[in-house]
Amino acid sequence: MADTYLSISYLQLAFSVLLILINVVLSLRLRLGLEKSLIIASLRMIVQLLLIGYVLEWLFTLSNPWSVMAIALIMAGIAGISAVNRTSRRFSGIYWRSLLSVLVAAFLITNLSVAGIIQVKPWYNPQYLIPMLGMILGNTLTGISLGLDRFMEGLVTNRNAIETLLTLGANRWEASHREIKNAVATGMIPIINSMMVMGLVSLPGMMTGQILAGANPLDAVRYQIIITFAIASGSALGTLGVVLLAWLALFSSNHQLRCDRLFLAK
Amino acid sequence: MAILEGIKLGRKVDNRWLWRELSFSLSGGTRLGLVGATGTGKSQLLRAIAGLDSLDQGVIKYKDVCLSGWSLPAYRWEVIYLHQRPTMFEGTVEENLKIVYGLKIHQDKKYNRDLILGLLDLFQRPLEFLQQSATNLSGGEGQIVALMRALQLEPMILLLDECTASLDSETTGRVESAIAAWLSQNQQRACIWTSHDSHQIERVTNKKLLLSSYG
Repeated sequence: MADTYLSISYLQLAFSVLLILINVVLSLRLRLGLEKSLIIASLRMIVQLLLIGYVLEWLFTLSNPWSVMAIALIMAGIAGISAVNRTSRRFSGIYWRSLLSVLVAAFLITNLSVAGIIQVKPWYNPQYLIPMLGMILGNTLTGISLGLDRFMEGLVTNRNAIETLLTLGANRWEASHREIKNAVATGMIPIINSMMVMGLVSLPGMMTGQILAGANPLDAVRYQIIITFAIASGSALGTLGVVLLAWLALFSSNHQLRCDRLFLAK
Repeated sequence: MAILEGIKLGRKVDNRWLWRELSFSLSGGTRLGLVGATGTGKSQLLRAIAGLDSLDQGVIKYKDVCLSGWSLPAYRWEVIYLHQRPTMFEGTVEENLKIVYGLKIHQDKKYNRDLILGLLDLFQRPLEFLQQSATNLSGGEGQIVALMRALQLEPMILLLDECTASLDSETTGRVESAIAAWLSQNQQRACIWTSHDSHQIERVTNKKLLLSSYG
């Protein structure tokens, strides 16, 4: 592979910082007030990526399924917690519901695609499993936080409409069906939109990366298709799971809407 | 014989009792007025009776069966709570009336246009009223639609939470007579009123329950 792509030196990395500096200068001149967050975000990105580069290098040498599973669990745990941290409302038990949805969705889809479709051997080969899991988790996290936030917000905003249906004899499913539908759709919109224009407007980062690293474009496209389906079904399952679990928490079995269980995140 | 009974009801809000040891009973023909200053929890009591909120103490019995023994959708079809600020769904007034027949509990029933025409007549609204966009209605017209939406289901008990609050005196009179007509159709029917207007309470109720702030 070494002769099919250009390795990047630290000096070249340093030059790429100039690209961001253009925007920092603009922000200073026009007093946009963005320079501080731009610099912090850039620094974080560099440090986090370099760190994960070393971690991955180490990870790929692992040949023990248990240590790979342990890393995967930690990644999923962080995703489950971050998904909740991005929502503006909470209820007690929201964290384990998010964790459970992430775990089930990501592990099911990752295993199906890595072991079932790509047929990696051994199935826990970290070179395939960890990047796949990472991409699925990242998108499932977005889906879960968007769907969960939209669901809780919808219940508070449309409380009167939901209760009006309940008072007319609707069961809790009928009364909240619209909110469930909207929440799951909100969680799914990013991935549906990106599938719509994929290859036309946007070249997916993973595919571009593979091509830059010397892979045959057609092979890269095949990987991208599998990844995109995995991402889409992972975020769909995760979003649906978390919305249904939140629904169970916020509607009691005697068909009451329990807005009193919701509180604002501090 | 009591059709609806509340036995030693209590409800806490923020660790304070809103009301406690509250009992009442409704038999056919009872028109109960809830009386009490703002903040004494009149709406909360109606909501609890409709099963929208849980009680912290006591039981509610309908037809001698505790609420926990009822399937709430079936119970709420017979005991309908009318919101202070009714919600209209997107679409015309008529679609708002039909919406209830899409619910599982009412699937064996059909939209009865003749019944609605009779109600329109009673509220002196023209036929075109049914084709108006429901989300653009005034608060008072919304209350009329909400009342029609409930009355078409022929409930046994109505829980009327300030149901004439945004109506002029003429329409208020029509709403009162519509409810009186609904009551007279079946001896078992009863209703509970709240109103900020003490004259109205005197006029439309034959029994009172006083709520006073606790502690």
